[in-house]
Amino acid sequence: MAATARRLGALIPLGIFLALALALAVGMRLDLTTIPSALIGKPVPDFALPPLLEGGQGLSAADLRGGGGPVLVNVFASWCIPCREEQPMLMDLARRGDVTLYAINYKDRPQAARQFLAELGNPFTRIGADRAGRVAIDWGVYGVPETYVVDGKGKIVLKHVGPLTPQAIADEILPALRGAGR
Amino acid sequence: MIPEIGHFALILALVLALVQSSVPLFGAARRDPRLMDVARPAAIGQLLFVATAFFALMHAQIVSDFTVLNVVQNSNTAKPLLYKIAGTWGSHEGSLLLWVLILAVFGAAVAAFGDNLPETLRARVLAVQAMIAVGFLLFILLSSDPFIRVFPPPPNGNGLNPLLQDPGLAFHPPFLYLGYVGFSMTFAFAIAALIEGRVDPAWARWVRPWTLAAWCALTVGIAFGSLWAYYELGWGGFWFWDPVENASLMPWLAGTALLHSAIVTEKRDALRSWTVLLAILTFSLSLLGTFLVRSGVLTSVHAFAVDPARGVFVLGLMVIAVGGSLTLYAIRAPSLQGGGLFAPISREAGLVLNNWLLATAAATVIIGTLYPLLLDALTGQQVSVGPPFFNKTFVPLMVPLVIAMALGPMLPWKRADLAGLSARLRFMLAVTVGVALFVWGVSGGPILPVLGIGLGVWLIAGVAADLATRTGLFRVGWHESLRRAAGLPRASWGMSIAHAGFGIAILGIVANTTWTQSYQGLLRPGEHAELDGYTLTLGSAERVPGPNYDALRADMTVVGARGRVVARLHPEQRDYAVPPMQTTEAAIHHRLGADLYAVVGSPQDGAFPVRFYVKPLAPWIWGGALIMALGGLISLSDRRLRVGAPVARRRVKDAPAAHPARA
Repeated sequence: MAATARRLGALIPLGIFLALALALAVGMRLDLTTIPSALIGKPVPDFALPPLLEGGQGLSAADLRGGGGPVLVNVFASWCIPCREEQPMLMDLARRGDVTLYAINYKDRPQAARQFLAELGNPFTRIGADRAGRVAIDWGVYGVPETYVVDGKGKIVLKHVGPLTPQAIADEILPALRGAGR
Repeated sequence: MIPEIGHFALILALVLALVQSSVPLFGAARRDPRLMDVARPAAIGQLLFVATAFFALMHAQIVSDFTVLNVVQNSNTAKPLLYKIAGTWGSHEGSLLLWVLILAVFGAAVAAFGDNLPETLRARVLAVQAMIAVGFLLFILLSSDPFIRVFPPPPNGNGLNPLLQDPGLAFHPPFLYLGYVGFSMTFAFAIAALIEGRVDPAWARWVRPWTLAAWCALTVGIAFGSLWAYYELGWGGFWFWDPVENASLMPWLAGTALLHSAIVTEKRDALRSWTVLLAILTFSLSLLGTFLVRSGVLTSVHAFAVDPARGVFVLGLMVIAVGGSLTLYAIRAPSLQGGGLFAPISREAGLVLNNWLLATAAATVIIGTLYPLLLDALTGQQVSVGPPFFNKTFVPLMVPLVIAMALGPMLPWKRADLAGLSARLRFMLAVTVGVALFVWGVSGGPILPVLGIGLGVWLIAGVAADLATRTGLFRVGWHESLRRAAGLPRASWGMSIAHAGFGIAILGIVANTTWTQSYQGLLRPGEHAELDGYTLTLGSAERVPGPNYDALRADMTVVGARGRVVARLHPEQRDYAVPPMQTTEAAIHHRLGADLYAVVGSPQDGAFPVRFYVKPLAPWIWGGALIMALGGLISLSDRRLRVGAPVARRRVKDAPAAHPARA
């Protein structure tokens, strides 16, 4: 009897660990996709940012509420390494021709940001320069890169935290863009 | 060329580790000395190869070789040399390489100096060490290769995060890793003992020095990290219950428990399976810490670039290592029955209480750190657990721990009665109440912190009373007392010093948290602010260039209550160009009784935002922690723990166990 109890007792640490590992595995899958944003389902905040590129177009709330199609808004910075990784994927999206990409350049020196785009390509039709990071706060950005999908009426329908992956584009971004277009 | 050599050396190290993790184990099972002996040269070879890889990366960092991606991402030609060197372990990839290097150093140390270990145990310990190395080397080679080249090489690199460009980077991670990886040694000993089916006092004695060394390093590492946060983040906090801080605190708590339970196993041959379990858990918590930092599961100021693939790898590694060892434990533990019996009031009982409280404290920290994550995983609900949770749960656990900590060392083994302690108890109570009343009178409350101060004093008084008894102070005359003091074992001195250090740290934490005074306002040059008897005058503030930044530097003078200048402070606000980021460099003047802490910000219409803190007993926090580590080191230098001679003599005396001729 005592021996059996001892055997069972010795299994307890293993059981606790396995439960924990399972929860961590689940948690890891959830993490990148489900950080909720208080702003999902809400209209974009009021803002207006000057253009990053000379002769380019800036970005403001009016551009997003104008009633055009759904757009993707990417928050990036030249000093952010994961941004470098996702830039080619954004270029691919731009080449498809049916996705409109806007960007907010976050806490960056304009010159460094321009060089970043010259080096890796510029998929964005509008880029607002948020040098102080004030607008990003209103958007609820807490790290770069982040990617938002905004429907034609200026409502945020999706927020993706962290670098995009081909899988995230296929499973989240494109469905959200399609859903918002309807 | 050099990066390729580094990369190739890592592959060779992996191959050697594979050999070292299998052949000696097989040899130990078959009692074949030739196969077992493979472990020693393999461990030393592994050190050579891993060191080659590490120095290859360091070379690339020092010469700013921008054909290497890791250098491009973390360095810049303008970065000062110290940070180019320390930058070797400033990135995710480099820090893993440091991890593996330390692992290899420990493995080689066992191979080179482990002559006193029984052959089969040594072979198995080295094999388990090598398994851990295989896991981490695979991790580096498959998902975190630091030697990836870029073509064409960019003209300059992206620079290192300015928060990391601090002497803290040179010390904090290596000490932390010495601690984490040091616990891999105790883990290897535990697994080897479980494979052998034998845990006895001799085993506990071999494990002690590794545990102690790892514990000292981790203590210093955590203290450095906290000090770094204190002066670099610029708002005077020293512990934030941040998940990554908790990740280092969890193995520390478990390691502290292990340190104490191993004593019981060594001296009294009790708590065998518990000690083994703690050895496994301590290292598992180190792995959990690694997982939490690198997987992006928890968002934190410390998190490295988030990469889900890496998280999956570390989680897999953890499942194999921890799951495997706990399975082994479940099979073997029931047969590990402890020997010594003891009464409810005895040294052993005190140590068991210590273990329960520390284990509960560790569990509390784990729950507080992982609960938000688990809740999210199970229900999708988001919560955040902050300092209030830890203050309500962790702190109350420390109270009985500290009360018992002062008494435990006075109790004899097996059976004790408190009546024998009454003289010492009266002394301790008198000192505690006296100091607490004094603090109450001077500060005017609040009551809980006054009790906290009392707790720290109680512990220090307990250490003093214990030392006085042991040396016969005031009873046998100065000469005899001194002679007895010199004759006390170093392990005993080490314990007293470490306990007193904890008491000092408690005083610092309580006083700093409760009685910090702060001033916040706008000052123009020439204006002054008054705080707690000090007058701070802003002399000037101007822009000065640094090696790779441009700073706003203020010149402040602090005059004490007696009109004497006590400190000149030069806080800075630095603007780094690559990557563009602003950091605050607080200026801190340490006095024995308080820290004077000042921060300056960008001017608004010619006036500078200034924050000025007077933080009573702040230096005691880190001083106490360093004294604790010093106590550990003194204990480590005890003859009994020296790897080598004394064990051979003892082996005959205590243990047929040392020569495991298994029936």
